[in-house]
Amino acid sequence: MTTAALVTMISVQALVTIISGYFFWKILTAKPKPEPDSYSEE
Amino acid sequence: MANREQWGTRIGLVLAMAGNAVGLGNFLRFPVQAVQNGGGVFIIPYLVSFLLMGIPLLWIEWSIGRFGGRSNNHSTPFIMDSMDRRSFWKYVGVFGIFTNIGVAAYYCYIESWTMSYVFHSIIQTFTGMSQEEVAAFFVKYVDVGKSTTGIPFESVLFYLICLGLNTYILSRGLSGGVEKVAKIGMPLLILFGILLAVRGITLGNTGLCADCDSHVGMNFLWEPQFDKLLDLKVWFAAAGQIFFTLSLGMGTIQCYASYVRSKDDIALNAMSAGWMNGFVEIVLGASIVIPISVGYLGLDWVKENAGFSMAFQTMPYLFNQWGAFLGSFAGVMWFGLLFFAGITSSLAMGTPWMGFMQDEFKWSRPKAAFTFGLLVLIMGLPTVFFFQEGFFDEYDYWAGTASLVIFATFETILFSWIFGIDRGWKELIQGADMKVPVFFKYIMVFVTPIFLIIILLGTLITPKNGDWQKAFTEKYELDHGSLIGKLTHSNIVANRSWFADRFESEVSGIVTDAYSDQKNHYVIISDETGQVIKTYAQPITKELAVSVGDKVEIATPLFRGRFVNPIFYLDLSRLMLLALFIFISVLVHKAHQKRKKIKRIYL
Repeated sequence: MTTAALVTMISVQALVTIISGYFFWKILTAKPKPEPDSYSEE
Repeated sequence: MANREQWGTRIGLVLAMAGNAVGLGNFLRFPVQAVQNGGGVFIIPYLVSFLLMGIPLLWIEWSIGRFGGRSNNHSTPFIMDSMDRRSFWKYVGVFGIFTNIGVAAYYCYIESWTMSYVFHSIIQTFTGMSQEEVAAFFVKYVDVGKSTTGIPFESVLFYLICLGLNTYILSRGLSGGVEKVAKIGMPLLILFGILLAVRGITLGNTGLCADCDSHVGMNFLWEPQFDKLLDLKVWFAAAGQIFFTLSLGMGTIQCYASYVRSKDDIALNAMSAGWMNGFVEIVLGASIVIPISVGYLGLDWVKENAGFSMAFQTMPYLFNQWGAFLGSFAGVMWFGLLFFAGITSSLAMGTPWMGFMQDEFKWSRPKAAFTFGLLVLIMGLPTVFFFQEGFFDEYDYWAGTASLVIFATFETILFSWIFGIDRGWKELIQGADMKVPVFFKYIMVFVTPIFLIIILLGTLITPKNGDWQKAFTEKYELDHGSLIGKLTHSNIVANRSWFADRFESEVSGIVTDAYSDQKNHYVIISDETGQVIKTYAQPITKELAVSVGDKVEIATPLFRGRFVNPIFYLDLSRLMLLALFIFISVLVHKAHQKRKKIKRIYL
């Protein structure tokens, strides 16, 4: 692979993975709202 | 019976939303779009489109859905009605049910292929097959009259099993069915995707040909061609990719979000589901098909053949190279991954119809699920039987492409301009677990509608080969694939009647050969240099109308007899879609009358 292709691939994939992980982590750690909420099992 | 559907958990909702967005296109459409539109540089217009159109539209659809849910509306006709009482919007909302049934009709067929290919991978059908044999297997599979396993009507059988499974899961409800599948399917999809992507990245040079190297494939996909940034075609392709990958304009997001209470978050949920789709597409989707294909077949082959069909006509052959056991295992992972991507989307397509029938006609969940299955079956069987005649592609275009863009444009105008951005914004940020940047308010009002109107115009009057540069700077010519081109069948130059007593030539040239065998008559038409332009074959029951040396023009009769032309099937598929749209509109009208009778208050 050329350096340009490698740098593009790694930077884009890392960026997307980090952002996706960040938002998913925020969902996992968000405080649940008081009942009654939208979720029957929470 | 009131609609008492509810999500079980927040994670379940986010996974179901992500599953709705993640489809076969993440693995098959994205990498092909990237290689055809600037390689690594494609990501720039892609991310810009995501920021200016994808995220705002996700938020708009989630907000519309939750707002409608507050007055117990769970499908777009009456969700839109609750936002603006003019009748027009109810009928625009019909798109949010129509599209789903129209798309599910053919999408379940693709899903059934993945199911069948998991089965064939397990029983090692593809072991020892050449590339051509694997490709021929698919052609035989979709030919209803032929069977690859000895089971008669195999493709129909798998379609029925797949549809039955979807119907059963839908009948179990949101938390008991859809959410459970998403909680199992999405993690497995990501796991299978990671395993195959690692294999794609580490495959390296296989030595099968001069450039049979997965890294050459990755280079092909990621090498930035900066000059392409100035090409309008690339921007159109990126905006289109964002639009379709996020399942926008379908009515499914609104339906899922309508079961979220006002005090609960939608802004962060939408971001998480949207980025999860991006992760599957950019990280996993880009690392499987292209690298593995180049690794075994070389760059030239991929450049010529890159497309949707590679999933079924090429991948099993590539997995074969890893030996019988690993090849079979990889096949199960690949088609299993596609199956989960498919089923999480097709289940989402069932929920607007179910929500509508439960809300308006007080149908039970199983009854609503069963009728969805029945409608999809009625609409879908012709796509199975007349796949080769183009039924499938017509559905894909009218229900799965044009309708989405039309609906998304209208809903954005409704949300930002008629319902009002201030009310819309308030809906979005209510209960939000993240700070939504205020500049998105202005993007939703000005930029996103303009983006969508441009895409709509682009769909309507696509220039030849999608070459906007040429259309603006040189000569504008309408592409056959544009909405207007499709509507007028501009690509069909001969045999334009449904039924005929003659079959006409679609090209002009000289008949260089005309012969018959036991089954067929053949006519070969060549140009003046002897280069074959087109070969025609018709059953022996027809009559040859030309002989060697004859000069033929477009519409010159080549055979005589009774013919049903392909245009008949194309028009029939459109009429079926139109009938479906009218049927749903009538139901909406009936529901409206019913509401008036019981004086149902909306807000």
